[in-house]
Amino acid sequence: MDWTALGLSLRLGLVTVALLVPLSFLLARWLAFARFRGRGLVEALVALPLILPPTVVGFYLLTAFGRQSWFGRAFESLAGQPLVFSFEGLVLASLLVNLPFAVQPMQNALAAIPRNVRDAARCCGLSPLGVIRRIELPLALPGIATAVVLTFAHTLGEFGVVLMVGGSIPGETRTIAIAIYDRVQAFDEHGAGIMALVLLVLSVAALWITNAMARRMSRHT
Amino acid sequence: MIHRNDGQWSLRLVLLACLSCCVVATSAEIPGASPSAPVTAAAPLVAAASDLKFALGEIVEQFRRETGIAARVSLGSSGNFARQIEQGAPFEIFLSADEAYVRRLFDAGLTRDDGSVYAIGRLVFFVPTGSPLDPDPRLASLRRRLDGGQPGRFAIANPEHAPYGRAARQVLQALGLWNAVRPQLVIGENVAQAAQFASDGNTEGGLIAHSLALAPELGRRGRFVLVPDELHEPLRQRMVLLRNASPAAVRLYDFMHAPASRAVFERYGFALPLD
Repeated sequence: MDWTALGLSLRLGLVTVALLVPLSFLLARWLAFARFRGRGLVEALVALPLILPPTVVGFYLLTAFGRQSWFGRAFESLAGQPLVFSFEGLVLASLLVNLPFAVQPMQNALAAIPRNVRDAARCCGLSPLGVIRRIELPLALPGIATAVVLTFAHTLGEFGVVLMVGGSIPGETRTIAIAIYDRVQAFDEHGAGIMALVLLVLSVAALWITNAMARRMSRHT
Repeated sequence: MIHRNDGQWSLRLVLLACLSCCVVATSAEIPGASPSAPVTAAAPLVAAASDLKFALGEIVEQFRRETGIAARVSLGSSGNFARQIEQGAPFEIFLSADEAYVRRLFDAGLTRDDGSVYAIGRLVFFVPTGSPLDPDPRLASLRRRLDGGQPGRFAIANPEHAPYGRAARQVLQALGLWNAVRPQLVIGENVAQAAQFASDGNTEGGLIAHSLALAPELGRRGRFVLVPDELHEPLRQRMVLLRNASPAAVRLYDFMHAPASRAVFERYGFALPLD
């Protein structure tokens, strides 16, 4: 059992959730409430990682953030280390591929809030921030919880992109999914089996908890 | 609004969860964020061709016992590592399965010097238990099977970026089997994956590294025979220190030239370069 790899995956999942969910909430809010030309295009771009092969995402990340790109060079001169093949690079990749998993549940939850409820709240003197805090956040809670769990679970399972931009460096970019692949190649079926089981149990638990939470919360609101 | 308290309660719960996520994330980030400065100093980062899987494991363990320094090893195909190093991967030592990739990095100015040949690899014809093939040096049983019309799958490493895959292609070409065997090939991303394909019983055999076939994990899954090395370009395996190598990495690099390490390479079926 590669505890370093599991720890790294959990850390990557937590960092991704902590950064992505708040940002995605704002994006989801904009997509749910604003009416503008090109909204369909923005929604399509958000959903893109769902259908794009991970190798395509990985290839573009390598091209965009590698040493050959101005962005990669700028990052390297600022941070003193290259962005690809680092934990920070994985975080960036993870933010991009998880965008639909975070945005879509929250957007659906927000879009389901009747317009007159928000209008009434404004009429009753709530500030725009107050509307978010007292009306939108509580009503969108099941969506937010789904976004958190889906993003976290999907990060644990991400393989293709990590393989391409990660480089399987122990403690830095060797996530649990990559470690399982390495174990299989090292003819260590026992080790691979244990890690696969851990990941399976974590994933089932994550989905089970979200469903239970979503049910309970939709009963309450 | 009837269950107002419940709603607020779960809101607080989720906010709390988010907050603790942030706290855990940032606190856990600190060792990773400062690019593991103390870890790197103590634990050299090694990129190694995957035919070294078992031999290098022993050498690194011996090195740890003698010096207390634990190296971090990534295994993969030499071509992929060369590409990753060009892209800025933070490896300190690169053990390639051939010379060309080391040359390329040397020419690009990414290495300390042009490195040294540490071992010469050999290819074996591996046949898993239960396969209709028989291991023989010139692949006669494979030829008969291909002529017979009902051949099964055959595993090699990727000839595009894995040196053992390139050697395997050269062998099959030299024996005039390449065109016939091509539709049957399963391509491993590196030679360890090819060895896994060749040994797990889903293929009828494969051309893999001698060093892997000699490991007990593989040896008990089938039989193998050395392929004559005049059928392919020599797999002269070169290693090199990269620009950012730490003193600990230099020590490990020197350790790999020591008689104890050379004995391990020899035990895993490598020929040693004449110095």
